[in-house]
Amino acid sequence: MAIKVIIPTPLRVYAGKKDSADVSAETVGEALGNLIVQFGDLRKHLYTDEGKLRSFVNIYLNDEDIRYMAKEATPVKDGDVVSIVPSIAGGSRARRNGTAQG
Amino acid sequence: MLPAALQLTLSREVAERIRAHGAESFPHECCGALLGRDSAFDQKRAGQWREVLELFPLVNRRDDSPRNRFAVTAEDVLEAEKAARQQSLDVVGWYHSHPDHPARPSQFDREHAWPWYSYVIVSVMSGAPAEMTSWRLNDDRRDYSPECIEIGNPAAS
Repeated sequence: MAIKVIIPTPLRVYAGKKDSADVSAETVGEALGNLIVQFGDLRKHLYTDEGKLRSFVNIYLNDEDIRYMAKEATPVKDGDVVSIVPSIAGGSRARRNGTAQG
Repeated sequence: MLPAALQLTLSREVAERIRAHGAESFPHECCGALLGRDSAFDQKRAGQWREVLELFPLVNRRDDSPRNRFAVTAEDVLEAEKAARQQSLDVVGWYHSHPDHPARPSQFDREHAWPWYSYVIVSVMSGAPAEMTSWRLNDDRRDYSPECIEIGNPAAS
């Protein structure tokens, strides 16, 4: 299936400054895998060392978050759009009552 | 991949609005998007540069631990990107505050960071804005590189 993958702004410098890439895939996971074949530097920012999608990497198939579908096993069809959408998190490790907070 | 010297230009007004958001939100962490332009995608001027021209303040979604954590959902990111596009800008980074804590990225910050973005942190000590710093995640994800904040007049669009 011919799929378009939308590349978020912070990853475009690792993909030749492209904002999207065309890949061939049967599932969302295959689409991401083929994206990484094209642009290997994306791997470490999308996946942990254990090969799992990082928690702050959100993947949408068209307008649906794949977490509510079959995750990376979600099948795709010609013309589908897979979007990589960041979520952002952080914070201090302020100590209170002498105990570090997680 | 990162240039030898990183610099982020903010107008005085944008810097003061970040500080004010931090003060208003104290003792909780504030957060928001930095909207602007970067030389990677805008060749109107020579050299490597990044400037913040607008802010998109957001609600901290970590209502379970807002004093030392912040979160911006994917939906918030899409809203920030939409707001940026409407102004012919990009989301070039994010800001948040550290209540009663230095403006230094934490281990938690690093573990959840994206490359390329500027991460501006403002320390808010007893409700008063203090130091403001900016950082970018290194390509190997092991550490941040500091980014020099220049308070000035970003080039007119």
